[in-house]
Amino acid sequence: MQYRGTAHRYGRDVDTDVIIPARYLNTSDPAELAKHCLEDLDATFVERVSPGDIIVAEENFGCGSSREHAPIAIKAAGVDAVIAKSFARIFYRNAINTGLAILECPEAVDAIKDGDVVSVDTETGAITDETTGAMFQAQPFPPFIAEIIEAGGLVARWKDKLGKDGR
Amino acid sequence: MARPMTMAEKILAAHAGLDEVRPGQLIECDLDLVLANDVTAPIAIAKANEVTGRVFDPERVVLVPDHYVPNKDIKSAEQAKIVRDFAKAQGVTHYYEVGCMGVEHALLPEQGVVGAGDLIIGADSHTCTYGALGAFSTGVGSTDAGVGMATGKAWFKVPETIKFVVDGKLAPGVTGKDVILHVIGLIGVDGALYKAMEFTGSAIEALPMDERLSVSNMAIEAGGKAGLIPVDDITRAYMDGRVERPYTAYYSDDDAEFAQVITIDAADIVPTVAFPHLPSNTRPVAEARDVTIDQAVIGSCTNGRLDDMRQAAAVLRGRKVHPDVRCIVIPATQQVYRACIDEGLMDVFLDANCAVSTPTCGPCLGGYMGILAAGERAIATTNRNFVGRMGDPTSEVYLSSPAVAAASAVLGHIGLPEDLD
Repeated sequence: MQYRGTAHRYGRDVDTDVIIPARYLNTSDPAELAKHCLEDLDATFVERVSPGDIIVAEENFGCGSSREHAPIAIKAAGVDAVIAKSFARIFYRNAINTGLAILECPEAVDAIKDGDVVSVDTETGAITDETTGAMFQAQPFPPFIAEIIEAGGLVARWKDKLGKDGR
Repeated sequence: MARPMTMAEKILAAHAGLDEVRPGQLIECDLDLVLANDVTAPIAIAKANEVTGRVFDPERVVLVPDHYVPNKDIKSAEQAKIVRDFAKAQGVTHYYEVGCMGVEHALLPEQGVVGAGDLIIGADSHTCTYGALGAFSTGVGSTDAGVGMATGKAWFKVPETIKFVVDGKLAPGVTGKDVILHVIGLIGVDGALYKAMEFTGSAIEALPMDERLSVSNMAIEAGGKAGLIPVDDITRAYMDGRVERPYTAYYSDDDAEFAQVITIDAADIVPTVAFPHLPSNTRPVAEARDVTIDQAVIGSCTNGRLDDMRQAAAVLRGRKVHPDVRCIVIPATQQVYRACIDEGLMDVFLDANCAVSTPTCGPCLGGYMGILAAGERAIATTNRNFVGRMGDPTSEVYLSSPAVAAASAVLGHIGLPEDLD
């Protein structure tokens, strides 16, 4: 998949409590969660974000709780992809499983500025900062994980598999 | 002859039906248990329904409503109801209703549901707690849990292991909580990212079970995938006659390869407090005495067990909570709650003017039962102190052991039990 949008730049250790505070976890409705995405880190994010935008962050993005509400909120807020230097491991799995594109690329994170227009190709891992013209290459996913992404998430992959095996 | 392996590698290999695995390898494993709570289960149940519409084994799916129960509001009540209805419809044997319920990671070891050698995933990041029993258990999201509930399987990337050797004798008043805060302070909140942690050494071997569970519980706070402690006589004494299925102890081979071996002198560990807004932001309690507090919370999956209650009560006995402080005590399970009554700890808490609650995760994640107003500060025996974790985004959480939290509740500022004399 290819995505193109404005970069929203954040620091390291963006935790799942600031991505979606627990006070809103009495629901799993994506639209409801989206209204409060990143509220405690950047109160203006929800007003400024446009469909297709991209989050760019330093190390350990998504650390803390296992709440899948975090990638759900980010996606429902309109963000198509997150580029970070590294991802916390539960968030990494949750993003793959729920179809939020994630790319690990320290060089791109160092170069991309807040507000730059960025395009990404999730299949090749190519990242372009269209504002500066700089190009970067993210770590490609191992084939096993690429398969899950290609199937459309973990549930879809299992449905395919069970369908073929005739359960 | 298989390659030398760590205990994490051995448990994963056994559950993948392989003789050996190596770090980085992607494998599919059979799961012993799949867990979820009232916040994560509703999504997991929807996913399980999409995949097969039934649980792979009603005895191996564990549903514990603990976060927002007894129901905090109407929306929470609806979420809890989804879990209850699903548990009933599927005949889930390990469903714990309010009245039997406890904070999941205190409840399941206590009830013998988890044991050594198990491979467990749970839609709750503190699922790593059971590493203290020699299980490989790790937190996942709702989709992984839902698919696991339906299929009994999950994929894993075999992690490298960081081995911690804590040798020597911990000073009096230094607990498992201080050990893990010390470790997180040392390596940072992503110091063990994508890796398993294994805790060894004479200081770990000397820890009682409840404190070992606190150590493993916070492995995730260093980014760890699991926090394993090798099985020994203390583990066996805890598990024998309690664990409902046969268990297997796995040990790292002497020549197993570790990503890193970190040696810590137990004498270097002091009573520790993590300042806002990261668990790695640790300082000695002795250097935190100028921090005044509005609230103290003693409980949670990290420190809501009986030893924790005893340690807090030992400090609070014959004393009163400072008039400017609310002290909230939450025994993590019904059994701990009853033991607090039987041992007279409840009298100590009530005499000291503590509020004592039925088991719930409530305040730890800013759900309810002790939310902070703007600018307020709490000391808590919980596990996270991120921005807004316990309430208003401008409030602050300081993490400590039960004894330090209790002493601070009396003092009105962060301090040590000996400051009270």
